[in-house]
Amino acid sequence: MGASEMSSIGSSVVDSPETAAPSAESFLPRQQLQQLFDILIAQGYQVIGPTISQGAIIYDEIHSVSQLPQGWTDLQEPGKYRLERRTDEALFGYVVGPHSWKRYLFPPLTTVAIADRTDAGWQLTDPVQTVPKYAFIGVRACELAAMKIQDKVFLDGGYIDPIYRARREQALIVAVNCTMAATTCFCTSMQTGPRCRAGFDLALTELSVTDNAGFTIEVGSERGALILQELRIGVASDSERQAAERARKQAESQITKHLDTTDIRNVLLSNLEHPRWAEVATRCLSCTNCTMVCPTCFCTSVNEVADLQGDHVERERKWESCFNLDFSYMNGGVIRNDIRSRYRQWLTHKLASWIDQFGSSGCVGCGRCITWCPVGIDLTEEVAAIREVAT
Amino acid sequence: MTTNCNVKHPNAAVAENPWLCQTVRIDSIEAEIPEVSTYELSFVDRSIAARYRFLPGQFNMLYLPGVGEIAISISADPQSREKWAHTIRVAGNVTQSLSRLQPGATIGLRGPYGNPWPVAECQVNDVILVAGGIGLAPLRPVIYEILANRARYGRVNLLLGARTAEGLLYSDQYDAWKSCGIELQTTVDRAAPEWKGNVGVVTRLLESLSLPCPERTVVLTCGPEVMMHFTVKSAMQLGISEQHIWLSSERNMQCAVGLCGHCQFGPTFVCKDGPVFRHDHIAPYLKVEGI
Repeated sequence: MGASEMSSIGSSVVDSPETAAPSAESFLPRQQLQQLFDILIAQGYQVIGPTISQGAIIYDEIHSVSQLPQGWTDLQEPGKYRLERRTDEALFGYVVGPHSWKRYLFPPLTTVAIADRTDAGWQLTDPVQTVPKYAFIGVRACELAAMKIQDKVFLDGGYIDPIYRARREQALIVAVNCTMAATTCFCTSMQTGPRCRAGFDLALTELSVTDNAGFTIEVGSERGALILQELRIGVASDSERQAAERARKQAESQITKHLDTTDIRNVLLSNLEHPRWAEVATRCLSCTNCTMVCPTCFCTSVNEVADLQGDHVERERKWESCFNLDFSYMNGGVIRNDIRSRYRQWLTHKLASWIDQFGSSGCVGCGRCITWCPVGIDLTEEVAAIREVAT
Repeated sequence: MTTNCNVKHPNAAVAENPWLCQTVRIDSIEAEIPEVSTYELSFVDRSIAARYRFLPGQFNMLYLPGVGEIAISISADPQSREKWAHTIRVAGNVTQSLSRLQPGATIGLRGPYGNPWPVAECQVNDVILVAGGIGLAPLRPVIYEILANRARYGRVNLLLGARTAEGLLYSDQYDAWKSCGIELQTTVDRAAPEWKGNVGVVTRLLESLSLPCPERTVVLTCGPEVMMHFTVKSAMQLGISEQHIWLSSERNMQCAVGLCGHCQFGPTFVCKDGPVFRHDHIAPYLKVEGI
């Protein structure tokens, strides 16, 4: 999949910032970052951004710069995630954690329909949705790509998910370019990063203290331009722009992991009986972590939640995983009855059949599934093994 | 994704919210073969009935609040305008609860969904319908369509297999179908002493057909996977092109609109790319266990 394909995804439905070429960069001094928060909050946005909780950097509602993970970084390896102090006080000096923005655009638990028993029979109604108006701060390039992929799934697949659409349309996106990479990152292989190129309202690049602490800002949309106006800041100097470019290049140079995507659809789908599937099944715990942390996985199940009389029923949709045994339950049997077939389903869907279904890979190279796998299974290694002795 | 025909939003009973059902009333329940009944459903909101149309092979989602939802193929006449037949076997929670309901009860319905049988392609050609057990239910709308426009079709063979004679679905309609120019044959796996007909698998009936022009013959089949597997094999041996063999498959369909992920079969979503597939479109995946 080429970069050109990726950039064409999901542009039609959501009125989101698109290919607007980044205009001249502005410079936001670090002490003025709070102003950005204040403007967004004053405009009625619920600001969601990175913050530390339970030993990880997660995405939660924040109001102030002081809630950002200042001076922290994340150390990531297969099956390992640790927070460590940085030697500086950077605000965005880490990569991605267990959360992704999908939990806000595509909530893990939501009511999709309501049934009430009346004298005239069942009345079936839409739940009243309150649509939060989110401003996301700190969206990485791989995560912008993940949103585009979910746009394709929820908005362009012939049927629309109204819950996703309503949230997506309102969401304002303040992207932050990565200035470092984890050992699990491979966005360069998936052509999704590390540079934020489109799909944002504003994109920040954090400069270190030695480079005049602050952020260069690129505008990606009208909405972003209006916010920038309110910030009343000046144009970035040449040295600031160069420092920003150096910082972004640094992230790219730190990426060591690689996934060979050459003909990957056919390589995987023509190797459905490859012995590696059985081998990985001896390590995989079928715990579903990879699917829960994945920013594009979209499977769900609906549960019936009734009151005690059974007269009022809410249909609750929750995230589901193809690693769960009953995911493929049908007519008293389970289709994917072993871990081999479930891991194969996940990997071939993510990297191969997703291309048939939605026109791009389902993987953005964020590395979450590698980091959060309790036994450290690395999908790039699995693909390489299948390639090595491809039948 | 290669599909036979993309049916997008043709459906009167599909709301903006894909999970929202219309209320339907059970007008009648007719016992068919053991464990199987046909439910005729009508929309409480008559304006939906006026707009509701389906194509042979499509399915509806039927919803029992508090219990759950199931995909059920529509076994009605496509010309139905007031009520729609759904032939249902008791198999799980939802169908069990459904079997305890009486006429007059209401449930939810959304649909129709899925890709239909290639009716247009069948026209002008000879048609062989091969069904096993309750697999006849999703094919019955095709039979109604053929009967309504008999002159448009060539020779029509209907081959029905069941485990026992009691398992032959819609048997009270066979004479009517035969008298309208459908060559119907039945066979059973296990014959009771009083059974005078064929014994053996349904593919034997297929193999014994003499086809005047196999290259202009279309096969539509629905039944257990193993039956469809051998039907395809026999049909190809008779010289029928893989591109003229269609089958209706089954997976765990929950949302019916390609958003929940459950019904994936290889690169397809059975709910929206199927349930009717042209054989060569899914052939590589039919042989893979656990896919």
